[in-house]
Amino acid sequence: MVDQRLRKISFASLVAATVAIFVAGCNSGDSSSTEKTEGGTNATTTTAEKLSGSISIDGSSTVFPISEAFSEEFGKDQSAVKFAVASSGTGGGFKKFAAGELDITGASRPIEASEIEAAKKNNIEFVELPIAFDGLSVIVNPKNSFAETLTVAELKKIWEPNSKVKTWKDVRSDFPAEPIKLYGAGTDSGTFDYFTKAIVGKEKSSRTDYQASEDDNVLVQGVSGDEFSLGYFGYAYYEQNQDKLKLVKVDAGKGGIAPSPETIADGTYAPLSRPLFLYINKKSLDDKPEVKAFVAFLLAKAKEIVPTTGYVQLPDEAYTIAQERVDKKVVGTSFQGAETGITITDLLKRETVK
Amino acid sequence: MNFLLLRRLRTRANRRWVKDKMFEFLCQLSVLLAVVILISLLWSVFSTGFGRVSSQFLTSFPSRIPQNAGVKAAILGSLWVVGITAVVAIPIGVAAAVYLEEYKIRDSKLTDFIQINISNLAGVPSIVYGLLGLELFVRLAGLGRSILAGSLTMTLLILPMVIIVSQEALKAVPRTIREASYGLGATRWQTIRYQVLPSALPGIMTGIILSLSRAIGESAPLITIGAVTYISSIPEGVNDRFTVLPIQIFDWSSRPQKGFQDAAAGAIVVLLAILLVMNSLAIILRARARR
Repeated sequence: MVDQRLRKISFASLVAATVAIFVAGCNSGDSSSTEKTEGGTNATTTTAEKLSGSISIDGSSTVFPISEAFSEEFGKDQSAVKFAVASSGTGGGFKKFAAGELDITGASRPIEASEIEAAKKNNIEFVELPIAFDGLSVIVNPKNSFAETLTVAELKKIWEPNSKVKTWKDVRSDFPAEPIKLYGAGTDSGTFDYFTKAIVGKEKSSRTDYQASEDDNVLVQGVSGDEFSLGYFGYAYYEQNQDKLKLVKVDAGKGGIAPSPETIADGTYAPLSRPLFLYINKKSLDDKPEVKAFVAFLLAKAKEIVPTTGYVQLPDEAYTIAQERVDKKVVGTSFQGAETGITITDLLKRETVK
Repeated sequence: MNFLLLRRLRTRANRRWVKDKMFEFLCQLSVLLAVVILISLLWSVFSTGFGRVSSQFLTSFPSRIPQNAGVKAAILGSLWVVGITAVVAIPIGVAAAVYLEEYKIRDSKLTDFIQINISNLAGVPSIVYGLLGLELFVRLAGLGRSILAGSLTMTLLILPMVIIVSQEALKAVPRTIREASYGLGATRWQTIRYQVLPSALPGIMTGIILSLSRAIGESAPLITIGAVTYISSIPEGVNDRFTVLPIQIFDWSSRPQKGFQDAAAGAIVVLLAILLVMNSLAIILRARARR
């Protein structure tokens, strides 16, 4: 009896499953087209009203906590706006952005010429907004009592390809002759690109015999458990693990400077502080009131929200100029290829390259 | 003389006895190793994560403040993806296995070729399926970065496993049962439907449990096809964007704040609980099928 019934059930579920697939397949075509028309009609609503629609964000995983924080805060007032925030990396984000699949993409470096070309092919224009600073910290074990300050030249000697540095003594002659254990960013991360460019002088150029990880928490674990180690990673990870790590001052010719929110923001912690960006699709800014309102919201609230994400806010003036950029719909980049040592506000005031 | 022979036999027996015991000990050690690893894993996860699981955690969206973060969207996303994957993969997988075992022409070059390919596909890294799914479902079929695209990608991922395990289950059904059925005048369809499939059902179910457990724990292919990490709405249909528990865990565990590490452990506890419920359900169904 039971067997018979079970057989009937299993057969019925098989039929149901097949039907479900077909229904699902048919649905997919319809609803995606209705979604598009909805987006179009929304364009007539004003910002004072309750907004709806959706905002699609992707890009750097470094910028993700910032995008997440703003989406969350904006959603508190505008709960009908649907946010989808992914983090497929700076390069991956620009690819989707150039294909017109995104409203906003986050980047831990300025857009590259080839990426601008790709966007041009699809008639995608963008507004470039720096949103926060990120400082890379150079870290040793708390038991390490000799490495207080390292110069950029010494860091280069340690990290350059085919580096001869095997022990701390090779770095500076009064350091102990203990083997140096290195921890650094994995080659797929924006941190790796930035550190190699700032220290070695050429992007992606680094020695390879070190413990690499894309996950900064792994590097924190490594350095904190290894007395003669040296590592580098995002400042936020140092801030959260201060009891386990020791910060090294970096000397770029003006004496050793330790990263802190102040030195990162005013640019004295050079060359290891970098701006993070959001790139806004101009078409979304024109057609989608929810995107326009969201951008205004994030530039107005950046001062309060950015520090809660572990990053450092830009000077107030930078956000004001950025909002002017949005209002005047200034497209193109003024950061790509820029020389180091110029303040963010000066860069924002420059002519953009389209 | 007799005594000497007896002694020699006894030492030989002793030696064999020692070997026997040694083998038994090695087997026990292997089991113990698996259990110890499992227990230490569970302990480390539960000790940090269990306190984090609360109704607030289960009913909240992700947040930048670790204490407010929750897994609501991720749980629903995971259930949607695994549900649709099951609905698509099980019928196709079992049907393919039935064809390969019951209908295929023996020693045909083509079926051999198919068979080798299926075995190879089972060993392909999951990220490759993600790339395939991105081109095939997201771009070519125009499904977008939706639950449906994710589920179909997962279907491709687990199909080889479902097919291979189902085939083994079908192979284990004695030939005599089929012959008896034919002898009574049943057609091939009737034989498969009323004799072969019911006897193979417990084995097939085991394969399905293992495959779906794998699907619910995967994150790489879904990240590739563009599943999101932060979402402010729950999925309402197969065309909605989504996130799943493993992606949420991956994101939280890479954050600097300790609160997020706890949230990640909490999300792992939730994922384990869902797996446990799924598996026990399947075990109950399997026990009923055996009866």
